Amino acid sequence: MKIAIPVDEKSLKSNVCISFGRAPYFLFYDTVKKESYYLDNTAVASQGGAGIRAAQVIADHGVKALLTPRCGENAEKVLRNAEVLVYKSILGTAQENIDAYTSEQVNLLSDFHAGFHGHGGN
Amino acid sequence: MKIAVLSGKGGTGKTLVSVNLAAVAKTSTYIDCDVEEPNGHLFLKPKGVQEEEISVKVPNVNHELCNGCRKCVDFCKFNALAYIKNNLIVFDDVCHSCGGCILVCPEKALSEKEKVIGKVQKGISGEMTVWTGILNTGEASGIPIIQKLLAEENSQADQLTFIDCPPGSACIVMESIKDADYCVLVAEPTLFGVHNLNMVYELVKLFNRPFGVVLNKCLEEENPAERFCSEKNIKILGRIPFENELGTLNSNAEIAINKNQKYRELFSTLLDTVTKEVQHETTTNP
Repeated sequence: MKIAIPVDEKSLKSNVCISFGRAPYFLFYDTVKKESYYLDNTAVASQGGAGIRAAQVIADHGVKALLTPRCGENAEKVLRNAEVLVYKSILGTAQENIDAYTSEQVNLLSDFHAGFHGHGGN
Repeated sequence: MKIAVLSGKGGTGKTLVSVNLAAVAKTSTYIDCDVEEPNGHLFLKPKGVQEEEISVKVPNVNHELCNGCRKCVDFCKFNALAYIKNNLIVFDDVCHSCGGCILVCPEKALSEKEKVIGKVQKGISGEMTVWTGILNTGEASGIPIIQKLLAEENSQADQLTFIDCPPGSACIVMESIKDADYCVLVAEPTLFGVHNLNMVYELVKLFNRPFGVVLNKCLEEENPAERFCSEKNIKILGRIPFENELGTLNSNAEIAINKNQKYRELFSTLLDTVTKEVQHETTTNP
């Protein structure tokens, strides 16, 4: 089963990126084969709707679970339709998040923000 | 003559200046283009208000015709479309109404539908005609509303029209000033104020609009915005003092010129200066 994490660097030691739609890279990890690969996020420089585009990519890669610190309402709608479960990532590296997921130590993300749309928000 | 009043940020005094200039000009048109938070009407209290809804076109999907080629999804620079589990999803709030997705669809599965994004109101306040644009919360762009507000028939050539612009220097401000005969930039006496003044200064230069600056909230001490103007050789049209009385009148939604002769004279002089500048511009750069 495939999971995805937005990351700052192409490494399992990378931090989880604070943004989903504007993350520079996505880490994809197969929990059965224990294999990972990375993808440049084509939505990173979008004028708008970055979360929608990023969610489309996640769905197209057959991901079943996304680990992210936060996620917007529009991206959530795409992910919900694609039946991708969205979990709140934990503090720590991508590897630590994979471990937390496989040992069922992560919770579903419960709050989806209305989007920042160029107005920051940290 | 159309006079646009703008500033690099909110709360600088655009509405104070445009409302009082319109009021002191008596027979005039006031147009509130700050469609995300119009507040000129709070001062002018227009009567006999007529309203018209403003719509844009967004795509409507015929799911039977869609074959999932994703040409529309790839085309949309605003990512307003997603294709998930054999189903095209449209995000109306993200759509900028360019119509491109409808053009690129080879199956003719997309058509246009109307979506209301806000309204314009027209009313009368004394001898002033008052236009107000209102964009519904969450909509992508107020430009269609501003275009309706600034339609040629809304301002009379023999009268002064004051355009109260949105703050900043983005697309909606460009739309508000592009047909203005003159731009009045309102500036605060702080370093932050100078930064914001510089934004609109660069904008009016880019648009090749004649302009001058009104220094608002002036104190006795040194004014960084005034220094900026003298460095750049920018015409200072007038100075509005930082006074408790003016602030109180404004916060009570009173038109200052109607409450104190001192302010009437201040804005009357400012109007004369602006009018002379506009006339000077139209004779030297017709």
